[in-house]
Amino acid sequence: MTTTDPYAPSRETTEGTVFSVTGGDWDSLVQEIGSTKEERVVVNMGPQHPSTHGVLRLVLELEGETVTEVRCGVGYLHTGIEKNMEYRNWTQGTTFVTRMDYLGPIFNETAYCLAIEKLLGITNDVPERASVIRVMMMELNRISSHMVALGTGALELGAITPMFFAFREREIVLDLFEMISGLRMNMAYIRPGGVQQDLPEGAIPKIRDAVSQMRKNFKDNTTLLVGNAIWLKRTQGIGYLDLAGATTLGITGPVLRSTGLPWDLRKVQPYCGYENYNFDVITADTCDVYGRFLIRMNELEQSLRIIEQALDKLEKLEGAPVMVLDKKIAWPAQLALGSDGLGNSLNHIREIMGTSMESLIHHFKLVTEGFHVPAGQVYQGVESARGELGAHVVSDGGTKPYRMHFREPSFNNLQATAAMSEGGMIADIIGAVASIDPVMGGVDR
Amino acid sequence: MSESGMFGAHGTGDTSGYGGLVRTAVSAGSSQRPYGGYFDDVADDLERAYPGFSDAIERVVVDRGELTLHVKREKLVEVALILRDVLKFEMCMGVSGVHYPENLGRELVAVYPLLSMTNNRRIRLEVSVPDSDAHIPSLVEVWAGNNWHERETFDMFGIIFDSHPGLTRILMPDDWAGHPQRKDYALGGVPIEYKGATVPAPDNRRSYK
Repeated sequence: MTTTDPYAPSRETTEGTVFSVTGGDWDSLVQEIGSTKEERVVVNMGPQHPSTHGVLRLVLELEGETVTEVRCGVGYLHTGIEKNMEYRNWTQGTTFVTRMDYLGPIFNETAYCLAIEKLLGITNDVPERASVIRVMMMELNRISSHMVALGTGALELGAITPMFFAFREREIVLDLFEMISGLRMNMAYIRPGGVQQDLPEGAIPKIRDAVSQMRKNFKDNTTLLVGNAIWLKRTQGIGYLDLAGATTLGITGPVLRSTGLPWDLRKVQPYCGYENYNFDVITADTCDVYGRFLIRMNELEQSLRIIEQALDKLEKLEGAPVMVLDKKIAWPAQLALGSDGLGNSLNHIREIMGTSMESLIHHFKLVTEGFHVPAGQVYQGVESARGELGAHVVSDGGTKPYRMHFREPSFNNLQATAAMSEGGMIADIIGAVASIDPVMGGVDR
Repeated sequence: MSESGMFGAHGTGDTSGYGGLVRTAVSAGSSQRPYGGYFDDVADDLERAYPGFSDAIERVVVDRGELTLHVKREKLVEVALILRDVLKFEMCMGVSGVHYPENLGRELVAVYPLLSMTNNRRIRLEVSVPDSDAHIPSLVEVWAGNNWHERETFDMFGIIFDSHPGLTRILMPDDWAGHPQRKDYALGGVPIEYKGATVPAPDNRRSYK
């Protein structure tokens, strides 16, 4: 029996009838499935499905609307970043890692740079101003990332207004990124030994304005969603994963904290001087999608608190260096920010081209060859917006990584999809996946 | 592997003068006690809880403030269970493969970073196997979250994790040939043409060692 529905053609296979649905209405499909004796239906959702949070493919086994088995298909965005980095020097690596989890570029760069600094043994030589800027950038990034998680998560559950509010806030953060680094995403701003350049003039008051603006704006989504009856029905008790499940699956980040465990690397294994900031670790004890939503909402305020403290520190550190003093590692010039985004450092060009041959040689060697990193391996974890982002770096003593591996929280946490969704309704898979907040660029790397 | 590429360069492809040096990967030597910090406690606890310690642990390395235990593959699951249940390393942060083609008999290495949330500690396990017999017992039974990580390491390095529930490729297509992150697998890429001249793919360009 075949159908002639142009939107749902079917063919017979050894495993039963296979329908390919593309769009429009599937009247004949529904009729045909209804008339078969087979109770069990396998649905292939994605990788081009609007509500799977990117190019994620979900293979669902259904009985009626109940999900009996979920398998995830990933790899559609694999770009070989880890392999590519073995052919570029350590500084060039930042340009690659920033593109992995494209919603959390600063976290990727920071994990990578902290690992290199550990290998070089210069962790304590990174100037304080650079560390404070890193913390501020990471918290801004946490806000923009959580905003996408909340906005698209709500959109996937059918609520469009929260998305508008969330992307309005994200825009504020991206504008700040553009002002500071010249780019809105994929900035390659955090560099081994410090940051690429100092904050531009007048940045601190602008960031302060943005913080107070965001603090006001966040209330819109809070009033809209917290306690909203429809939202509660779609999220409470959905995507359940308790502490035992989270631990064995290696789950970290908001999903782990929704089980009530206050595990946050910023508190328990601080890096970049996080121990000098006052903030709370937000938890929930509901183990469900609503708990994770509340955690992300409340983490926004904590991030704002950290940013304000970072700004206070930056005011006191005005004019301090933002790159290690070791000229064998530090990138030669702090580029001036021109009208075209990034510009040149005219003083530096004058020096290497006009006055000092030695400076020119040094510049050439550092830029083309790069710096050597002593042989060894390290693992460095940071608390990204999605959980523990770990960089495992192996050096053979050369100017390029011998092996780079990223322990991506999205990749790991996506494994919880089955545990969260099996036995539930098909519509609740969407909420469960959205609450994991996987970014496929990070999953597939 | 000899490289050839830009400027008609052969050998290392380095025309700059500072490329005569050929580096081989040097691994840090074994460390002696005291290891420092909580590392001595971890070693003591493991020795107490696991009588076969000296047989199973080939080397203990402390480098850059991190502890690495080199474990024989036959003992990996036993050691992992003790670490999880007695020493409270509740989480394994995955597997990272490393390929050392020059290290004969131990070409392929699997690195497992472990995390104890109870004691707020981190250690690392390392297992090396020969390329000709690239089998390592799976740790999915110990830490379920290692499932995808082991699939990725199989996909990229060809290490076979025995008794893994479904060891298939995860990032590369199912019918892909070869394991891309091994050192003997070329990076690939296409030469870029610009105004009649071509720039070779990244792994064929001249490079500094």
